[in-house]
Amino acid sequence: MKIPYYPGCTLNTFAKSFDESARSSALEIGFEMAELKQWNCCGATFPLTPDNLIALSAPAKVLSNAGKEGDTLTTLCSVCYNVLKRTNKVMRDNREKRSTINGFIEEEYDGAVNVLHFLEVLRDKIGFDKVKAAVKRPLTGIKTGAYYGCMLLRPFEDMGIDNAERPTVFENLLKALGAEPVEFPNRIECCGAHLAMNNEEVVTKLSGNVMTSAVGSGAELIVTSCPLCQYNLEKSQDKVASRTPGYTGVPVIYFTQALGLALGQPIETLGFEKNVTDVMPLLKKKGIV
Amino acid sequence: MKIKLAKEEIESASIHQLQRISGEDLKKCYQCGNCSGGCPVSFEMDIAPSQVMRFLQLGKIEEVMKANSMWVCVGCLQCYSRCPKGCSVAAVLEGLRQTVLRKGEDFEKIKEIPIPFLEKAPQQAIVCGFRKLVS
Repeated sequence: MKIPYYPGCTLNTFAKSFDESARSSALEIGFEMAELKQWNCCGATFPLTPDNLIALSAPAKVLSNAGKEGDTLTTLCSVCYNVLKRTNKVMRDNREKRSTINGFIEEEYDGAVNVLHFLEVLRDKIGFDKVKAAVKRPLTGIKTGAYYGCMLLRPFEDMGIDNAERPTVFENLLKALGAEPVEFPNRIECCGAHLAMNNEEVVTKLSGNVMTSAVGSGAELIVTSCPLCQYNLEKSQDKVASRTPGYTGVPVIYFTQALGLALGQPIETLGFEKNVTDVMPLLKKKGIV
Repeated sequence: MKIKLAKEEIESASIHQLQRISGEDLKKCYQCGNCSGGCPVSFEMDIAPSQVMRFLQLGKIEEVMKANSMWVCVGCLQCYSRCPKGCSVAAVLEGLRQTVLRKGEDFEKIKEIPIPFLEKAPQQAIVCGFRKLVS
């Protein structure tokens, strides 16, 4: 099975390990993520003002290109997923806006593509039981905090991947991989997002709250599905450690790296060396490697 | 705080414009405060999300424009997610940002963005930051 795949700007460079571990894991499970022949940046933010149609032209172009390659489109980055799925809804349901946007991008796209997050592909198209059956290196005993962030879940009526307040999709995947999911209070809170550009202090506070909340609930590892969450959390590690008594850091990895690990892929292909907090001591302690 | 209310302010062109741009009906808010409680950045805001709504209901848009609230909002939609009336303060704050940015006025000067950030941050952060803070 081939599923058209949109990597987005960040996964092609900064978050290469997110992209590569997902692609190789997909092959291991039995499907191929076929990168779109032509794609552009999604704009990295869905405009909250409904009259801002020009901001929808970039994601609409992506969706239109995807429509030429199949009826589904999968993506990994939470923000790309949010922007593409919400734009698709506008293109499908709002005839007037569709006509204007199609005029901008010189396409005739009608919102027919089904936008799925990689987690949805695993859960709904493949099934977590099949993922579990493919596990060769179970992550037994690793207490793992799934950090959802905001864009994967909200707004619920547009995203619909899971309950916006009490999601379970990540935890269920972690269970299938043999890990021990840890629910922590800040798992659906924001990391500080684009404030990384001009307000590092707020980002440190928010990201610090996420990490200390996870560790306080017993997590030894955090998994994310967003390169910006990953960046903000990792970048804040040292400052948070210096301000928080008893906190010494926690490894933060992409959920696909955990998936690749459980599926038995060679450790050196998973890109762990790019992480700020080394995950290897934890894996050695747990006897995973 | 003592404020003087005026019908002209409550029904001013700026308030109407904000409602049109944001797509939100300011009157829907009944001040339960869920948004301010759930907002991860309200501690940093001069005026908390629910207070922004109240100021705007009373036509005090100038007070809100002077505050940092709109530039601190991360757009995480926690306010909207928890609002019993279905209001999006995030959309209202974006509407306020857009009224500034659409005049060509930058909140963040591109030249002042630290080079290490531009070199090391994921593209996503840069694109998103530009969309929210630069005209």
